[in-house]
Amino acid sequence: MKKENTLLVGLAMTAAITVVTYAILVAPGFLTDSGMNMTEGVTNSSKAVYDLHMIILWICIVIGILVFAAMFTSIFLHRKSRGAVAAKFTHSTKAEIIWTTIPILILVVMAVPSTITLIELEDNSNPDIIIKITGYQWKWKYDYIDEDISFYSSLKADSNAARLTGANIDPTTVDNYLLDVDNRIVIPIGKKIGFLITADDVIHSWWVPALGWKQDAVPGFINQAWTRVNEVGVYRGQCAELCGRGHGFMPIVLEAKSEEDYAAWLVEQKSALTVTQAETQRIWSKTELMAKGEAVYEQQCAGCHQTDGQGLAPAFPAMAGNPVTNGSISKHIDIVMNGSEGTAMQAFSKTLTDAEIAAALTYTRNAFGNQTGDLIQPATIAKHNNG
Amino acid sequence: MTTITHEDHHDHKPQGFLNRWVFSTNHKDIGTLYLVFALLMFFIGGAMAMIIRAELFMPGMQLVQPEFFNQMTTVHALVMVFGAVMPAFVGFANWMIPLMIGAPDMALPRMNNWSFWILPFAFTMLVSTLFMDGGAPAGGWTLYPPLVLQTGDSFIFAMFAIHMLGISSIMGAINVIATILNMRAPGMTLLRMPLFVWTWLITAFLLIAVMPVLAGAVTMLITDRFFLTSFFNAAGGGDPVLFQHIFWFFGHPEVYIMILPAFGIISEIIPTFARKPLFGYTSMVYATVSIAFLSFIVWAHHMFTVGMPLGAEIYFMLATMMISIPTGVKVFNWIATMWRGSMTFETPMLFALGFVVLFTIGGFSGLMLAIVPADFQYHDTYFVVAHFHYVLVTGSVFALMAGTYYWLPKWTGHMYNERLGKWHFWLSVVFVNVLFFPQHYLGLAGMPRRIPDYSPQFADFNMLSSIGGFAFGLTQLMFVYIVWKCARGGETATAQVWEGAKGLEWTVPSPAPFHTFETPPKIDDSVVAHGNHM
Ligand code: HEM
Ligand SMILES: [Cu+2]
Ligand SMILES: [Cu+2]
Repeated sequence: MKKENTLLVGLAMTAAITVVTYAILVAPGFLTDSGMNMTEGVTNSSKAVYDLHMIILWICIVIGILVFAAMFTSIFLHRKSRGAVAAKFTHSTKAEIIWTTIPILILVVMAVPSTITLIELEDNSNPDIIIKITGYQWKWKYDYIDEDISFYSSLKADSNAARLTGANIDPTTVDNYLLDVDNRIVIPIGKKIGFLITADDVIHSWWVPALGWKQDAVPGFINQAWTRVNEVGVYRGQCAELCGRGHGFMPIVLEAKSEEDYAAWLVEQKSALTVTQAETQRIWSKTELMAKGEAVYEQQCAGCHQTDGQGLAPAFPAMAGNPVTNGSISKHIDIVMNGSEGTAMQAFSKTLTDAEIAAALTYTRNAFGNQTGDLIQPATIAKHNNG
Repeated sequence: MTTITHEDHHDHKPQGFLNRWVFSTNHKDIGTLYLVFALLMFFIGGAMAMIIRAELFMPGMQLVQPEFFNQMTTVHALVMVFGAVMPAFVGFANWMIPLMIGAPDMALPRMNNWSFWILPFAFTMLVSTLFMDGGAPAGGWTLYPPLVLQTGDSFIFAMFAIHMLGISSIMGAINVIATILNMRAPGMTLLRMPLFVWTWLITAFLLIAVMPVLAGAVTMLITDRFFLTSFFNAAGGGDPVLFQHIFWFFGHPEVYIMILPAFGIISEIIPTFARKPLFGYTSMVYATVSIAFLSFIVWAHHMFTVGMPLGAEIYFMLATMMISIPTGVKVFNWIATMWRGSMTFETPMLFALGFVVLFTIGGFSGLMLAIVPADFQYHDTYFVVAHFHYVLVTGSVFALMAGTYYWLPKWTGHMYNERLGKWHFWLSVVFVNVLFFPQHYLGLAGMPRRIPDYSPQFADFNMLSSIGGFAFGLTQLMFVYIVWKCARGGETATAQVWEGAKGLEWTVPSPAPFHTFETPPKIDDSVVAHGNHM
């Protein structure tokens, strides 16, 4: 076999494989901003991460094309059916040194920028604002340290209804299906936000791709992370560490506002806090409790106990005719506030306000055919909470 | 040949099903048992994968409850890793190692029987957890606490099953080491051993080193759950992340346990069909040893996001990147073996070539995952799912298919149907890529792994992936048919089977008689593939 022949076939193979690779990347829009590649994100760090990703990807693509071209050249030329006669060589120290050394050099070239970026990512010093993030099964809690603001963030009700097995609601009709929450975490742009990340029950992982990282939330330990967002906008993410039944259903929505809007938001939150306190103190009418109760039930309880209160045997008991919803009030309060050991019933005392719990209890005791006639006031719950 | 008639004369197999199979101490029969068992598990695990892909076919929850979905991903992985891939390689070891080193049987035949027969019991127990109160474990095959401790009644059954699998693997590994170190025919020096034997020797050491570590982790989970210890419970002074360190100290070598014997099989097949000796035999051995060594010191690359100190992250990144060097050496050596050979493309060779290309793609994504800042994005997404299915399905499983076609004539005495075998390869190779390649894009676009439902932006590629999955699953029925047909009959195979094959296993008749090498074969450079080239 002639030398030129090998070179020619080699070039042809390289060209062919390059075309195939190009097609694999371009056809799904990978290279054309279709959302099928890693996001560049909205922080300097996320852009650095994206750049690293693209560098290493291109290095792999080039190596891949060369290696596969060599292989297919051989497959084409050195076939018995073309009359190829096997050579006898079994090793070549020179070749082996070359193909050990070149990869080492490539790795060094990659290791340097990777390490530099990593050091920047891990620099948690001097944050302007600190937010504590706590993962729960299956929601997030945000505490703005220094601001006295604290709230839970869970999957939005419309997504939550549509995601039930056999719900028969077309997910494409739901806005931001599975990626929307009731309360967004809000941050100002341009400021260094420090996050303290932990969990209450099992391990979760807080991930907004536009920030360029995810960080595990480990119960009993506090992890640090930070970001500085450049652009106003709403950025969506999800829990990334398997955390049980609701793992696919605890999204994250982060809203980056201008500094003024953020300040306004803070004021609004604080007045809402006063409202919550006022809600706990005043006496509610039955209509008020029933209306609020129905909304809370739909959002928090119907996922298991179902909208019609009939439950889902065997795991989720019916509310209708249930001995707890029709029996002792204090036992009812206890199970809703503290959950039920060994079952899916979680403790709601930490996630719902007193008024919300009072309303939900009143509702379940007077709906689905239950007719206890009991009214439970937020103040009763507050007393239970403190007692 | 007088030796053959001599062997034929002694070729009486035990009579009766019970004696032949249940009480078997014959390495070939036990090898067959392992292989048949692995195939069965491959289809049980495969059925679970079909349920997973069916639920993920479209956005919205159509078929199952999220809890059941999590049980499927967990049990699918446990069954495939411990039930299909690992036992299949042990089956190959049983059949081929004695034949390749000129030994009459494995060194410890009764233990061999025991280590196999543990498996059906362990898996019956594991799969039965699906029918228990609270369902099967649903915390992922990685068993992370505290989540895994929320498992219902099935927890202890699953943990006990894993203990049994570990015992079985350790016994299998002891047997392999004892056989290779003590039972080689005179003249079969270590550096004359076929590469498959070498890779299994090293794999066996990995198994002995890490299975007890898994057993320790599982035992700590059990005591945390039932005896009030707090190894992994922060409230009691423990640390959930400690479990991850222990698990991955087992888990990373474990993934190499599933690929090193595959490297061995590929290193047997390519020289045969290139009609040219393996290029760089010694560097292949050294590369295998260095991969095995490195596999012990890179475990935390699975945990870059748990919140490790910066220094640890940098170290584990650099150490992990280093693995691609010996891995690269292997790929280059395979291609250099093909280079200026005289190749033909029977089914084993097709699967081997498919392996080289697709495993390399899995290696590339592995290298990308090693880059810590990028892994902060990739981790726990479908990008990782794509990575490990490229190395495990188009890597380990393709090698198992290649090896099966390669040695099937030796095992059964018949040639399989070559035309169907080629169809099996081409359909597999197309559909496996339709199944797993889009998952790279899904991961990069932001789809987390282990979720039962997803945002509609991920719909197209999930549907594509599911279609590939169903087609790949169906294609594997061909494999069963081809193997079954070949076992029942077909063109008679010669002892040599393949024109370019070299090595002791090709000196015995096909099918290999029940007893082989009762008197050690004479070994010189004419019968071994790797002569004194040093
Ligand atoms: C070049 C060689 C390889 C490198 C550098 C590499 C690197 C990695 C890294 C960094 C991860 C963690 C990704 C993450 O969770 O964020 C990973 C995951 C994984 N790798 Fe590899 N890998 C290589 C080859 C292999 C091979 C040969 C196998 C098995 C045959 C394998 C099986 C796996 C599995 C099963 C996981 C995921 C485990 C899980 O989280 O469930 N890898 N690999
Ligand atoms: Cu989660
Ligand atoms: Cu690993």
